[in-house]
Amino acid sequence: MPSPGRGLSAIASPPLDAAPAFEAIGVTRIYRMGEVDVPALRGVDLRIWDGELVVILGPSGSGKSTLLHILGGLDVPTAGAVRYRDHDLAGQDERRLTTYRREHVGFVFQFYNLVPSLTARENVALACEIASRPLSPEEALERVGLADHLDHFPSQLSGGEQQRVAIARAIAKRPDVLLCDEPTGALDAATGRIVLGVLDRVNRELGSTVLIITHNAAIGALGDRVVRIADGRVAGERRNPVRAAPAEVSW
Amino acid sequence: MKALQRKLLRDLLLSRGTGLAVIAVVACGLATFVGSTTAARALQRTQASWYAASRFPHAFARLRRAPDPVTMRLAALPGVAEVESRILAEALVELPGRLDPATALLGSAPPRGTPRLGELHVRRGRLLAPGRTGEVLVNEAFADANALRPGDPMAVLVNGRRLTLRVSGIVLSPEHVMALRPGAVVNDDRHYGILWTDRQSLAAAMDLTGAFNAVTLRLAPGAREARVLEEVDHVLAPYGGLGSYGREQQTSHRLVSDEITQMRAMAASLPPILLGVAAFLLSVVLSRMVTLQRPQIATLKALGYSDLAVGLHFGGFAVVLALAGAAVGVLGGWWMGAQLSDTYARYYRFPAMLYVLSPEPMVLATALALAAALLGAGGAVRRSVRLHPAEALQPAAPPDHRPTAVERLGLGRMLSPAGRMLMRDMGRRPWRTALSALGIAAAMATQMLGLASAGAARSLVQHQFERVAREDLDITFTQAVRDEAVRGLRALPGVLHAEPYRSVPVRLRAGHQSYLAGLVGLEPAGRLRRVVDERCRVVPIPERGLMLSRYLAERLRLTAGDRVLVEVLDGKRPVRELKVAATVDDLLGVQVVASRSAVDELLGESRLATGALLTAHPVQVGAIQARLLWAPRVAGVGLRQASRTAVVDMLEESLVWFTRVLTVLAAVMVVGVVYNAARLAMAERERELATLRVLGFTRREVWGVLAAEIATQLVLALGPAWLLGRAFIAIFAAVVASETLRLPQAVPAATLLDAALVASLAAAAVLLVAWRWLARLDLVSALKARE
Repeated sequence: MPSPGRGLSAIASPPLDAAPAFEAIGVTRIYRMGEVDVPALRGVDLRIWDGELVVILGPSGSGKSTLLHILGGLDVPTAGAVRYRDHDLAGQDERRLTTYRREHVGFVFQFYNLVPSLTARENVALACEIASRPLSPEEALERVGLADHLDHFPSQLSGGEQQRVAIARAIAKRPDVLLCDEPTGALDAATGRIVLGVLDRVNRELGSTVLIITHNAAIGALGDRVVRIADGRVAGERRNPVRAAPAEVSW
Repeated sequence: MKALQRKLLRDLLLSRGTGLAVIAVVACGLATFVGSTTAARALQRTQASWYAASRFPHAFARLRRAPDPVTMRLAALPGVAEVESRILAEALVELPGRLDPATALLGSAPPRGTPRLGELHVRRGRLLAPGRTGEVLVNEAFADANALRPGDPMAVLVNGRRLTLRVSGIVLSPEHVMALRPGAVVNDDRHYGILWTDRQSLAAAMDLTGAFNAVTLRLAPGAREARVLEEVDHVLAPYGGLGSYGREQQTSHRLVSDEITQMRAMAASLPPILLGVAAFLLSVVLSRMVTLQRPQIATLKALGYSDLAVGLHFGGFAVVLALAGAAVGVLGGWWMGAQLSDTYARYYRFPAMLYVLSPEPMVLATALALAAALLGAGGAVRRSVRLHPAEALQPAAPPDHRPTAVERLGLGRMLSPAGRMLMRDMGRRPWRTALSALGIAAAMATQMLGLASAGAARSLVQHQFERVAREDLDITFTQAVRDEAVRGLRALPGVLHAEPYRSVPVRLRAGHQSYLAGLVGLEPAGRLRRVVDERCRVVPIPERGLMLSRYLAERLRLTAGDRVLVEVLDGKRPVRELKVAATVDDLLGVQVVASRSAVDELLGESRLATGALLTAHPVQVGAIQARLLWAPRVAGVGLRQASRTAVVDMLEESLVWFTRVLTVLAAVMVVGVVYNAARLAMAERERELATLRVLGFTRREVWGVLAAEIATQLVLALGPAWLLGRAFIAIFAAVVASETLRLPQAVPAATLLDAALVASLAAAAVLLVAWRWLARLDLVSALKARE
């Protein structure tokens, strides 16, 4: 089924003269593992504009998760500059990063990271309670197609359903940015497509900027842009003339 | 309810087993705290309020005889606010229909019917009618034990004269909250009473008309007691003063004060141990939880929850458990305090026990519980706060395992792979293993304390009545008699053996310390009364010098070889410096003993006895007692069997109760620690245990791994338990030590074995439950679970 907004994607892509939402310049991140330094990022330059859906593609160990963590304010670079609008994300103190995450960012993880002792509705409420103008948990779950699973505990949901709860939890805050780390990594292809469809809809309907990190090249077709990361560096970038519909993606 | 609070609630429900263990341990600690504190406060409040209302004297003195005007001189002394003279007499009591005789302290009451200092409280009947003779007031304990009511007749024999009296009232006296016969360590209310009759009649019987033989004093505010006592002694010395003393040496006051001190000591010693165990349990539970919930913590932080919110969330877990424990503990404490107060009300005769539920102990208890919670939760909460979200999203690095010392020594080959797994795990967390063993050790040590005090009580009785006092009858004379008179006692039918002794009141002085005591001169070769130390060794009586109870020696800051000033308070009142020849670790009362020849030399007399010890044919003991009681010059007859029964009763009631409390506390601790250790081993090993099962281990073999871990901890606990147990027993013995009794500190190894047995039983019960956990172990999902 073709996506209703498909033709709009080219128009939705930002004018090149607009200021980017994210701007990373020379971002380097080195982890110290015992007695050796392990560089995860070695000077990444990247710009992302509001409303874009960007797929960051790379093999495991390429540093893409580290990049996502830095963009999401979960981690800070060892060197280089990162900015989100007027927030400096490099070298900020933890309190201001928390505020940044609270106000602007939604996360979706490969392993869902739901709180097993809370129901779907309560997991989403966790996010609603600290946001300033959230969706209601019911509405957020409705958007991911789980309106009839409100009171299920994570253990009573399938993997795809759990991931959709995680997405509902992420979008309930109406985040400006949705950062997704291998959102389909633990799912089979059919379930994965449903989850990608939800992310695509969030991007179009709520206007959130969406970043999807994956090692799955097929998913690249879904984005406005595809950024390839290898060995801690940006190895290439391409703009899709037309965004593929999630249902068309196969792997 | 907020989602995070809901998570907290569900987390609590999920770990309810360990949660309940924590609550139980906290509750036990706080119940002990609140119970003993409120009981101590109740006792203190009761004592203080009655002392104030009855104008309880500050100082007391007895003497031979002084004319009434001497009271004026005492009243004029600086620091003395009020003086009241009186007559006190030892009396034999004849009750209609009673064969076994009773004795009493008979005091004079002024015309108003009650002493002014230490006013009597009327329970039934009325005070003495002014101006009327032939009436007597009876202390309630004696009246109860002998079913006496106002109007009942009785006769007393004082100074060889018989007074026929009628009970006018049953009363309580602040001077006799517990009525103890001089020299006795426990009350025997059936055989010893406190009586008051009009002064005129008593003075006539005692040949003390216009004179007195005892005084009580109240001091002016700010007066220095020691100074006043010295002045009083100085004034009374020419009148045969037997030494004045303050409240501290007043038997009834001392008993109650000792009890208050012991309760306070209990409140200060047991709860910290229990709260320490609770803190340890909490730290283990929470740190496990934080480890397990790493991804959840990361998610919360990624969502935008602050570090503080996450820290408060996990801290809340500890706080909820602590508060639940505090609530149960405070309620339990109230109950325990009420029980203790009831026991006191039976033991100590106060007009009413003032048991008040005051808020301070509750508030303090809750604060203590919270402090324990923070102490236990601190580490884990700090970890949850510091956990960096990006790092937390990575799976935790596999723990750093390395061969343990045992393996490096080449002994590893003796262990099975499962055994090595166990050993490395415990070796990797040496602190936790050590603390867990320490928790079990604390429980065993508490158990040991309970067992040891019960054992001590039994051995105390055996010690006192089989090794120290071996006579059947202890006869005291109204005045010193020649040894020949004692020999005459041997002629009585049924008497097998008789030994004289000489007892004289003395004041011992060393530096600024002084102590009023009875110096007893014994025959070094005597068989019936010996000095035996706590290790049951008979200590020979030195030919020269004094032998003191170590308790008294320490109080006077004396050691063997020191010299002590002995002021004799009788006869020619010689004052001599004598050497402390030896000190002895004895258990009951305080002793000042010397050989009879040394006493003769001190007093400048030869072979005079104030008492005699007899052994007699068992069936004739009663007859001998009855015959001697009414004999002239006999002041009193004590029966070993009666004292033994009384001591056993007292110990049963106080120590057995204490032992039961300790046993419950110990059991709660053992189960708490062992359950927690097993639960944790299960949770942490779920994957390993599942792997073993998949590899083909039977459930029994896997259970064996779990059991081995618990058993290892029990074995590790034995050493510390022995040390801790001995320390607890020593501390407890030091706290309980009083003039009345000391508990033996020797700890039989069997107590450790018994405690270990109880701990093993608790562990076995927990391991039975663990068998069910293993049955429910879901092999597939345990292996799939991401750590």
